[in-house]
Amino acid sequence: MEVAKIENVSRTYKIGQLETRALRGVDLTIQSGEFTALVGPSGSGKTTLLQLIGCLDQPTSGKVFVNGKDVSTLNRNQRADMRRGTIGFIFQFFALIPTLTAYENIEMPLLLNGKTPAERRQRVNQMLEAVDLVDHSHHRPDQLSGGQQQRVAIARALVTQPALILADEPTANLDTPNGKLVMETMVRLNQDTGVTFVFATHDPRVIQYARRVVTLRDGVIVSDGAGEAPGMELMAAEPKGVA
Amino acid sequence: MIQLIKMAFRDLGRNRRRTFFSALALGLGLALLLLIAAVIQGELRTSMDLTIKLQTGHLQVRAKTYEADKSSLAWEDLVAEPEAAAAQIAALAPVKAATPRLFASGIVAVGDETAGVSIIGIDPASEANAPYRDGMVSGEFLAADDRQGVLIGRSLAELLNLKAGDQIVLLVNTANGDVDEQPFTIRGTFATGSPFYDQTTLFMPLTKAQTITRTEGYASTIFVLLNDRDQTEAVTSALKSSQYEVVTWQEMNQLLTQINQMSSGFMVVIYLIVLGITATVIVNTLVMAVFERTREIGILSAMGMRGNRIMAMFFTESTLLAVGGILIGLVLGGIMVAYATYVGFYVGNFGIEGMLIGERIYAYLTLTDAVTLIITAFIVSLLAALYPALLAARMEPVAALHSGD
Ligand SMILES: Nc1ncnc2c1ncn2[C@@H]1O[C@H](COP(=O)(O)OP(=O)(O)OP(=O)(O)O)[C@@H](O)[C@H]1O
Ligand SMILES: [Mg+2]
Repeated sequence: MEVAKIENVSRTYKIGQLETRALRGVDLTIQSGEFTALVGPSGSGKTTLLQLIGCLDQPTSGKVFVNGKDVSTLNRNQRADMRRGTIGFIFQFFALIPTLTAYENIEMPLLLNGKTPAERRQRVNQMLEAVDLVDHSHHRPDQLSGGQQQRVAIARALVTQPALILADEPTANLDTPNGKLVMETMVRLNQDTGVTFVFATHDPRVIQYARRVVTLRDGVIVSDGAGEAPGMELMAAEPKGVA
Repeated sequence: MIQLIKMAFRDLGRNRRRTFFSALALGLGLALLLLIAAVIQGELRTSMDLTIKLQTGHLQVRAKTYEADKSSLAWEDLVAEPEAAAAQIAALAPVKAATPRLFASGIVAVGDETAGVSIIGIDPASEANAPYRDGMVSGEFLAADDRQGVLIGRSLAELLNLKAGDQIVLLVNTANGDVDEQPFTIRGTFATGSPFYDQTTLFMPLTKAQTITRTEGYASTIFVLLNDRDQTEAVTSALKSSQYEVVTWQEMNQLLTQINQMSSGFMVVIYLIVLGITATVIVNTLVMAVFERTREIGILSAMGMRGNRIMAMFFTESTLLAVGGILIGLVLGGIMVAYATYVGFYVGNFGIEGMLIGERIYAYLTLTDAVTLIITAFIVSLLAALYPALLAARMEPVAALHSGD
């Protein structure tokens, strides 16, 4: 099943007279269950692409489908609803709400989705276990290490069982052991729950976890192929060439 | 909802000092307004009570042609057989006291010094004179058959250096336009709480006043006190006659009534100024909070929180701030108002004709004023949150997420 589909998408940023063509006619399809890395040099358009798939932004031209639905023409509230129901985000900075505990941060998306207290308790505890943070559930973000914070963020992204998790350089602010732990957590959750992951990264140590690697350069996809993840079969659709 | 409150509460706790000072600003504003409202209300009430008690009564029955400010003494301007009329009025149930009074103008002379006074001829036995009788500070109250005695107020006594037992000469305008001059003895001095009144009023028994002004058998007015102010209208219509007119305390105290109305308008202006300043502080606090939390707003938005929910978050924060501020305001205001109510302020001799002001002002906070102010403060706090909340809700999630990196 196609979780996301990008059709001939361009995104041009205008700052005054200056136009930056961050994406120029990109086609990409993400299948359910993928574990895909978006790679490419700085400024190549990775973040822009994730934001478009994630309904945080809208394309200048072209179409974006999420779960088969055209999201390129949705209004603000419709996009918010789309994100709430189907997409989880993990950011480079750990992006937790500083006044809430780990538990409450993870609970937040469930609250926004109007889940019952019992459902929330069950899901949050399940996620705390999945990211191995049961003992830290009542800590505030400033009482957690960077790696722990990022695992809370992963739990929060997954707690609503979304169709798609988008992670923008999830390990960039972590040291090697913590980065490894975060990536292993993501891999495990992908395998256990079948949730789709798309993550942007520069880091070769991270790229090695991917089963599919999409490379961007100057706003176009220059290569799309199987990753080097050991012992993992490629689940992605047939590689797409340059747009 | 509980979660929103919890978050808002913790968010306010992030910058405790700023939160405290914002709440304090609201609290001080509210306390100040409570005090102002209470003082104005208290002043107007006591002023009205004092004026009714001492000067105008609730009702006066007088000749249609009588002009109060001229103290006219022509017979056609006076009430004939006033004792009988007063007795008739006093028989009505809502009437506490009805007594004839005669007003004349005169000059007190002691040695080289003189002072203008309003001479009031009273029936010493009447209950309506209780405020003067109770206010005696020296000497004795008048007896009905006293032909030489007068009472003067304490301020006049101080001004002219007089005491009970002293002699004065009184010059009085009479009904036929002459000025009569007679010696009198001061029987006593009184203090009513209105220094202005005490300095300009002289009492003598009605019969003596009639004799000296050549108005035997007449009075300027029948002074009527009711058991309850609210019965004014009923009694007025009961007393309607072709011969005399019935004047109510509202009509006789138009200045005060006008001031009363004006003060409401004035209060609205003060409310707006004080709460406007307070609102600015709250707007400022919340706008700072929005900018500090730009990224968090982006995160919540990325999670799918809708704009109106983000707005609700800031409104909740503002509501908590308002509740805190109002509590502070009620405590501070309560202390200030309580002090002003029970201790009062000394203002001294401030009265003018038509508005007697006590030498101390006592505050009086009405429930209506208090509730109106609390609600207004609350609404203003919520209005103040509108702009910051919109600012937060309109943030593009992408821009918000990128802030600060
Ligand atoms: N909000 C924006 N306004 C203007 N230009 C932007 C904006 N966001 C991105 N760009 C530009 O678009 C291009 C692509 O940016 P993008 O952030 O997608 O790159 P990236 O691949 O994520 O880079 P990095 O690896 O550094 O994160 C860059 O040239 C960038 O300067
Ligand atoms: Mg990027």
